[in-house]
Amino acid sequence: MTPHRTRNILICSGKGGVGKTTLTANLGIALARQGVRTAVLDADFGLRNLDLLLGLENRIVFTAQEVLAGSCRLEQALVKHKQEPNLALLPAGNPRMLEWLKPEDMQAIVGMLAPSFDVVLIDCPAGIEDGFKNAVSAAQEAIVITTPEVSAVRDADRVIGLLNIHGIKPIQLVLNRVRPKMMANQEMLSVNDVTDILALPLLGLVVEDEQVIVSTNRGEPLTLSGSGSPAAQAYSNVARRLRGEDVPLPDPAKMGRGLRAKLRGLIKTKIFRQQ
Amino acid sequence: MTLRDTIYRLLGLQPASATTARERLQLVLAHDRSDLNPELLEQMRREILEVVSRYVEIDLDEVDVSLETEDRVTALVANLPIRRAKAVAQPGVKATISLGVKGAGLAAGNAPSSPEPELAGIAEGTSDGATAAEAEQPAAQAIQPEPAAETASLEGSESLS
Repeated sequence: MTPHRTRNILICSGKGGVGKTTLTANLGIALARQGVRTAVLDADFGLRNLDLLLGLENRIVFTAQEVLAGSCRLEQALVKHKQEPNLALLPAGNPRMLEWLKPEDMQAIVGMLAPSFDVVLIDCPAGIEDGFKNAVSAAQEAIVITTPEVSAVRDADRVIGLLNIHGIKPIQLVLNRVRPKMMANQEMLSVNDVTDILALPLLGLVVEDEQVIVSTNRGEPLTLSGSGSPAAQAYSNVARRLRGEDVPLPDPAKMGRGLRAKLRGLIKTKIFRQQ
Repeated sequence: MTLRDTIYRLLGLQPASATTARERLQLVLAHDRSDLNPELLEQMRREILEVVSRYVEIDLDEVDVSLETEDRVTALVANLPIRRAKAVAQPGVKATISLGVKGAGLAAGNAPSSPEPELAGIAEGTSDGATAAEAEQPAAQAIQPEPAAETASLEGSESLS
């Protein structure tokens, strides 16, 4: 980290449900574990969920709304993560905030966070309306997350166009919910298909992993436990690449599904040469 | 994937769904990015045909005008098989018109490697170009508007009228 230039990174996708908030939560934890002072800002005022994925929903007293109104100090609204003190959440306020919230308000919030944090991750709402525009105005760089599905890629493309117009740079791509087996059978858009179409550098590849659901059930992001699950590793690697570390991207053709699957595969391949 | 799908694929009767997905995406994104609706595209197609028909006779059944996209650059690709020139018979010559629609640096007018015709570049693609192209060669014509962002694609199509 260069001494005190806070990186404000927007995490967006266009389409809903592709993993924006999960990425924000896991990336936030992973960065914090790597010693980066990280704030996660829930910019999805309409449908906030970042607090839930981080397991911080019961500890919210004040929100961005009170901070902006001047009725509390920033430090009072920030919820520090117990296990990862390098990470703090600034919760989204009441959905009615959407009626008056402006890009300047988001910029003001991010400006307040800057002195105490190295990275601010902004969890963008789905869509490309006002909520998106407010969130974009506070960011300098962006991570676009998508899945290898036509609708998600199309929406990502639309968002990338808008990010370009706003002068956001760099824009990097995280491909989520990759199913290596389907890709191998050519029943899913390949990694190259998606990167070619969207013309973005790939920051990370996350395989479909049931553990993600288990972790959200518990409110403990996968990266928190340092678990060896494929998605946890992928998120940690995204964090390392984001910090400029050169971590090679995995080849989906060689991705196993957990240690047991790998062992099983190993035993089989000796005799039958796969499947 | 069902057994039937597998068999169909092995026999080459049906492409893998990833291929279909990629093709459909490329097509829809080309339209999304250029902001051209189908009616405008159809109008442009008619007008391009009208202009080209003044010089050469086109095989109307084989005409293909479509948007293609690569690397976030969208191109209007027109494939107009030429039956013969209005003056001299030239069977089997194909003209390809490429219009840079969005973004810069798109090569226009990839004329197929047929030896005879020289390229007659018509500057803005308006009918004024007729005088320039009076040399009666059947020509693959390269029309390239100023490469610029989204709105230029609309202006470009208007200037063809």
